[in-house]
Formats: sequence, C-alpha cells, structure tokens
Amino acid sequence: MSDGWTSAISDFFIAYPLLLAAVKSVLLAVALLIYVAYVILADRKIWAAVQLRRGPNVVGPWGLLQSFADFIKFALKEPVIPDVANKGIFLFAPFIMATLSIAAWAVIPVADGWAVGDINVGILYIFALSSLGVYGVIMGGWASNSKYPFLSALRSAAQMVSYEVSIGFVIITVLLCAGSLNLTDIVNAQDTSYGMAGWYWLRLFPMFIIFFVSALAETNRPPFDLVEAESELVAGFMIEYSATPYVLFMLAEYVAIVTMCALLTILFFGGWLPPIKIAPFTYVPGVIWFILKVSFFFFFFAMVKAFVPRYRYDQLMRLGWKVFLPISLAMVIIVAAVLQFWPAGPAGV
Amino acid sequence: MAAVFFYLFATIMIASAGVVIFARNPVHSVLFLILAFCNGAGLFLLAGAEFLAMILIVVYVGAVAVLFLFVVMMLDVDFAELKQGFIKYLPVGVGVGVVVLAELGMVAIGWRSAPSAADAVANPLIPQMSNTAALGQILYTKYVIFFQASALVLLTAMIGAIVLTLHHKPNIKRQKIEEQNARTRENVIEIKKVPFRTGV
Repeated sequence: MSDGWTSAISDFFIAYPLLLAAVKSVLLAVALLIYVAYVILADRKIWAAVQLRRGPNVVGPWGLLQSFADFIKFALKEPVIPDVANKGIFLFAPFIMATLSIAAWAVIPVADGWAVGDINVGILYIFALSSLGVYGVIMGGWASNSKYPFLSALRSAAQMVSYEVSIGFVIITVLLCAGSLNLTDIVNAQDTSYGMAGWYWLRLFPMFIIFFVSALAETNRPPFDLVEAESELVAGFMIEYSATPYVLFMLAEYVAIVTMCALLTILFFGGWLPPIKIAPFTYVPGVIWFILKVSFFFFFFAMVKAFVPRYRYDQLMRLGWKVFLPISLAMVIIVAAVLQFWPAGPAGV
Repeated sequence: MAAVFFYLFATIMIASAGVVIFARNPVHSVLFLILAFCNGAGLFLLAGAEFLAMILIVVYVGAVAVLFLFVVMMLDVDFAELKQGFIKYLPVGVGVGVVVLAELGMVAIGWRSAPSAADAVANPLIPQMSNTAALGQILYTKYVIFFQASALVLLTAMIGAIVLTLHHKPNIKRQKIEEQNARTRENVIEIKKVPFRTGV
C-alpha cells in the first residue's frame, strides 16, 4: 500500500470520527469474541489436565475448534421458552447481560493509546457496567417463573452486591496512588524504572489478592459459583434457558471474566508495560504483553476452578463483609495517610 | 448532534417515567425506573458531568434499584385488593398531585441562576481540571462540613437499619471459624485400643 492510499484513508476517518469509532469497536469486538472462544477452550483443557483427562480433543487439531462447534450447535437449536415465563424479560435478560459485558471493553486500553474511548472516568465506567451485570441474573431468574432460578437470582444478587463493595475500595486505593480515573493514566503511573517491581501488585500487595478473590466472586466463578451450584440449585438462574439465549449468558459470563483479568492487568500488573525494561522485552509490542498478562490471570481463574471446593453461602458472606471489607477499608486509610505524610514513600514512587 | 441525543434521552426518560406509574406489574415499573435512571445518566454525560453520570449508574442503578427489585419481586401483591379503594382515594390523590405540580411550576417559572454563576462557568477555577478532580477539590475544602454531616446521617441510618433487623435467637447453631480453624488432629481424634470382647 502506497503512502497516498494510507493518507487518503486516514483523512477519510478523521473526517468521519463516528465511523472510525465504529470500525474500531467492530475490530475490538471480533478480536475479543475470538479470544473468548479460546479462553473457554483453555478453561476446559486446564480443568481436564488437573483431573488427568484429555479435555475436548475431537473438533479440529487438539480440539481447537471446539468452541465454534459448540456455538453452531447452540445457535441451530430451538430456544425453548417456558409457557409461564414472562417472555419479554426472559429474552431481554441474556441480551442485556451480553451487551453490557462487551460494552465494558470500550474503555480498556489494550496498548498505549489503543482504546476505543479513552474517557476520563474509565475505571468508574467499568465499575458501573460490572455492577449492572447483576440485572441479567436477577431478571432471568425472575422471568423464568420457576423456584430454583428465582432462589439463585436472589442469592447471586446479594453476592454480587456484597463483593462490589470491597472491589470498590480496592479500586480506590489504586486511584489514590495513580491520581487519576483514566485507565491509560493508571498504567502510566506504574511505569517506573523498577519494571515489574514498580507495578501496584507489589506496592498494594494485600489489595491485589483481595481484588483477585473478589473478582472470582463478582463473576460467579468457582469457588463462589453459588449462582449455579448444581448440587443445590440444579443450574441456577440458567435452568430454563436453552439454545441462543443460553449462549448469550455463557458468553457474557466469560467476557466478564476476561474483563476482570484485564482489570487486574491494568490496575496491578502494569497493563501493556514490559516486565523488565531492557532490550529484548521492550521490543515486544504492548498489546502482546497485555494479552499475555490477561491469559496469565485467566490461567489462575481456571486453576482455582479446578482445585478449590465450593464455599458455603454463609462462609461467602462472612468472607466478603467481615474479612475483605475491614481490610480494604483499613488499606484505603493507610494508603491515603502514607500519600499525605510521606509522599516520596513506597506508595508514591 | 448533542441536541439529537438530548431529545432522545429526554424523551425516553419521560416516557419510561410514565410507564413506571402506569405499568400494572410492579417489576416492570422498577425496570422502567432503571431505564429512566440510565437516560438521566446520559443527560449528565451530555452536560459534561461524566463523574455524576457514572455515580448515578453505580449508586442508583447498581445498588438502590437492585434492592427495589429484590423487595418488589419478593412481595406478594394482591392487585384486586389494591384496586378496591381506587375511586375512593382518587380525589385525594389528584389533589396532592395538583399541589405538587403547581409548586414545581412555580419553581420553574421563578428560576433564576445566581449572578455569579455565568461568570464561574466562563472562568473555571483551574482550567483543564477534570470534573472529578474539581468536585473533589470543592467537596473536601469548602463543603467539607456538609459532606461529613451527610456521611454521619447515612451512618445513623445504617446503624438504625442494622439494629431494627438484628435478632439474637438462642439455640441457633453457628459455625465459629476460629474454633473450626483451631481444631487439630490431636484434640479432635482419639485412637483407642479396644480390648477383645470387653469394649471401650
């Protein structure tokens, strides 16, 4: 492609910024969905490996096309809608959940300057959308007009609201250190000469763990998957769902998990920054580091699913309210005090 | 462009607020209330108040409306009984509605912005400051007393709610995590040699 062509294309997009945003969004959404397809496969493969099984290995080489086969299978089936269900809300719930979880990616910077919308309140936007995720569950559970989905919806609403509180405080400590709500600024604030040791996971260490565990609870992953605890609630709020509506729920769940991994990467693991600031590492493009870090965190999500037994509901609530909330509240005060009275200290390098 | 979005958000907001009142199913009412909140956040965004927009979503949609929905879903509402007194209470209801509408109208007609407001908009205290930072600056300096006082009011409400709902029932078995974790093999398991044909 010659220079004339590229400048013509860039001129065209500068003239139509909305079209540029649309093209960027479509590209990001396609990349995200393909990544999620492989994340689902990885989840099953890792789980299988822990249990000394092979996992999906029939469709495509090493089972690489399994997720796509599953998708086609679900999409071609007939969606069964229960007679007593509230049809409008029943169908709207998975739709809204999938939309909201993908919409969160609009502000996530996958490399320096590679964000569809680099808004001032990026972290609040993601927090707002993840707090809306509970509506998909609660609407789906209620509209199914059946006992188990409803019980599951009530449980999960309480669970997600509880863990949002501690996630909020963890985010506040990061914001105090970074001094900005913009995700790009938060990553740049971690760009110190210490490389990996300068990222917030070390400087705000207990908060990193609390955020990881709360992210598990917020996305209803095992060991906190009380929403769909099959031994108690059959399959939770998804019992009555089938075919495409079910796929939308499942997609929303995994996109939310990847979003949480991306958030862990941005808040605590330096986003697109290389771990060591020397030659071979700095040549690797930022987006590669970002994907590697997100995959690293997803590996831990999958491992936790494989080897931690499910929490009981009262234990889950105790952990959220009596352990995480006091620790994160105390850390907000400690971080603020350190920043105020010892600005050159470890928190504000 | 902004005008198009303004009318879009405003129309949907007013329409969904109407549906909140007229919907027969209370769950539908709450869902339309949420739609109204979301459009309100959109209007804040258009006005350049991105922080308020996000906080509106996080607090009202993410927390308050979830609790509304919780309560409404759990309620066993008997619609026939609700409808019974409708005609009887209609005049009183209409009367209250008219009074509130008249008051709102009076406020709207008599609305004047403070003389210094236009000046403050034209010359922001610190240019290029995001409105999150600007809000923080003013909340924690000029209005810090009011801010702390409102926090105290909320704290009182929270303690009140906890006191009202806390029941100490005797004879309930609760797991004490400390005791559970303090159990060791030595103080829990006892191995005995049982003599043949005598028992323990």
